[in-house]
Amino acid sequence: MSDTPQTQPRNLQAIMDLVFRNTTKLFAFLVFGVLFGILITLLLASLPALKTFGFHFFTNDAWNPVTVEFGAMVPIYGTLVTSVIAMLIGIPVSFGIALFITELTPAWLKRPLGIAIELLAGIPSIIYGMWGLFVFAPWFADNLEPWINDHMGNWPLVGQFFQGPPMGIGMLTASFILAIMVIPFISSVMRDVFEVVPPMLKESAYGLGATTWEVVWNVVLPYTKVGVVGGVMLGLGRALGETMAVTFVIGNAHEFSTSLLMPGNTISSALANEFTEAVGDIYSSSLITLGMMLFVITFIVLALAKLLLIKLASKEGKQA
Amino acid sequence: MAESNKISVRNLNFYYGKFHALKNVNLDIADKRVTAFIGPSGCGKSTLLRTFNRMYQLYPNLRAEGEIILDGENILDPKMDLNLLRARVGMVFQKPTPFPMSIYDNIAFGIKLYERVGKSELNDRVEWALQKAALWNEVKDKLDQAGTSLSGGQQQRLCIARGIAVRPEVLLLDEPCSALDPISTARIEELIHELKNDYTIVIVTHNMQQAARVSDYTAYMYLGELIEIGDTDTMFTKPQRRETEDYITGKFG
Repeated sequence: MSDTPQTQPRNLQAIMDLVFRNTTKLFAFLVFGVLFGILITLLLASLPALKTFGFHFFTNDAWNPVTVEFGAMVPIYGTLVTSVIAMLIGIPVSFGIALFITELTPAWLKRPLGIAIELLAGIPSIIYGMWGLFVFAPWFADNLEPWINDHMGNWPLVGQFFQGPPMGIGMLTASFILAIMVIPFISSVMRDVFEVVPPMLKESAYGLGATTWEVVWNVVLPYTKVGVVGGVMLGLGRALGETMAVTFVIGNAHEFSTSLLMPGNTISSALANEFTEAVGDIYSSSLITLGMMLFVITFIVLALAKLLLIKLASKEGKQA
Repeated sequence: MAESNKISVRNLNFYYGKFHALKNVNLDIADKRVTAFIGPSGCGKSTLLRTFNRMYQLYPNLRAEGEIILDGENILDPKMDLNLLRARVGMVFQKPTPFPMSIYDNIAFGIKLYERVGKSELNDRVEWALQKAALWNEVKDKLDQAGTSLSGGQQQRLCIARGIAVRPEVLLLDEPCSALDPISTARIEELIHELKNDYTIVIVTHNMQQAARVSDYTAYMYLGELIEIGDTDTMFTKPQRRETEDYITGKFG
């Protein structure tokens, strides 16, 4: 082993290996670098606003550039409400689409449906925004909103959410557009994970006499829960951060209203609308604080998703 | 003793799209006996087995023609309720397929599909099924653990327990030991011996010794045709057909 020409390439191999390992390590650690860089920048830049307003910033619904009084309550509320409603609509519909594609559709329809979903996912958000503003909002105002006013506005407790002028634009419209935008994401992820369920596992459940619904609900869904929750999180992430489409249809009003038919604001649409006109340190610092809140919300959502998965796993029995 | 037939297959033809996989198969499956299907890979033995609960129906372009009479009823009739049929004809697969739930729920799942049972009755049924599958003593203290946490052999017995928990009349075993070690295989074979007192069992196996050990009747299939069926001792000592003898003696296959 000692005298041969083999030693040369061996050393070279070892060096290459070292270089390779350290390069990948560097790339991986860049993730930390970027994350902390953004966090620190956000924190530093939001300090002026936080110093001026304190904790009151998060509960204040005022947003007045003239008197330099800013509060994050309206955009945070708008972000959460539009995303939650979008998910309430989007998750069941996506689940239905994925279920139909994987379990029920005839073979010839499977590919066209899959491709259509992927195409929907690829449409830029500004197109959704324009469609929402010019097509969906007027139709919504003429047809659906009067109905919502008449039939849901008088419900006890939740009625106030559904009262308001049928303007077309507003939080509910934004929620619908968001739902349409997240459905392709969630349903294509769900379809992909449903497809990897071993056929034998499904056959075992069918073999006991279970119906398609019972198989999907009791076997497929638990088996794919990590992927399904991941797909839902992907959709929720898009809903929380979506800027362009929401800005088009939400009305961009810094005015708190319980009615979902009224215009509102989300964090990202407020940022997009106002960054160019933010004069003064406190104004721009307030906007950056809003951005940081979006970051915090996303983090909390991801943490909750992890907790949910742990809880779901414990339902499947303890691991020995 | 004259034996009654549980299943009678008449002129059964099966197609995967254009491929003619089963050719005019006729045979009878004796009630409360073990019938083994043997033959080389691709001979159609699993296909035949999967017509008994119409599992093929899950996939497009698969089609069976002819008659399969289960207790006087043609199960190939399009009007047949598939879910009820599958509750009557249970199945165990090549690999263990525990559901992603606890050991208890793996068994209870099937029972709850078709019966309204109280908590204590459900407990009794779960215990009964696990006893029958000779698994109870190993899992009685950890029923809340995940089914997937068991060993391969235990998982397969769990699947058998799951199958018999719904009290089927027929149990289809599709190479149930092919993923198991010899000790687990021996346990499953013992189990088959005991289960035939109560169930009609059809087993597909690649392993001729296994067929010889566990079955009362053996059917030899080749290229989609049923070559010969007879009682296992005769089949393995003096088969009627030359092809069967060649396969059994290892000259081919």
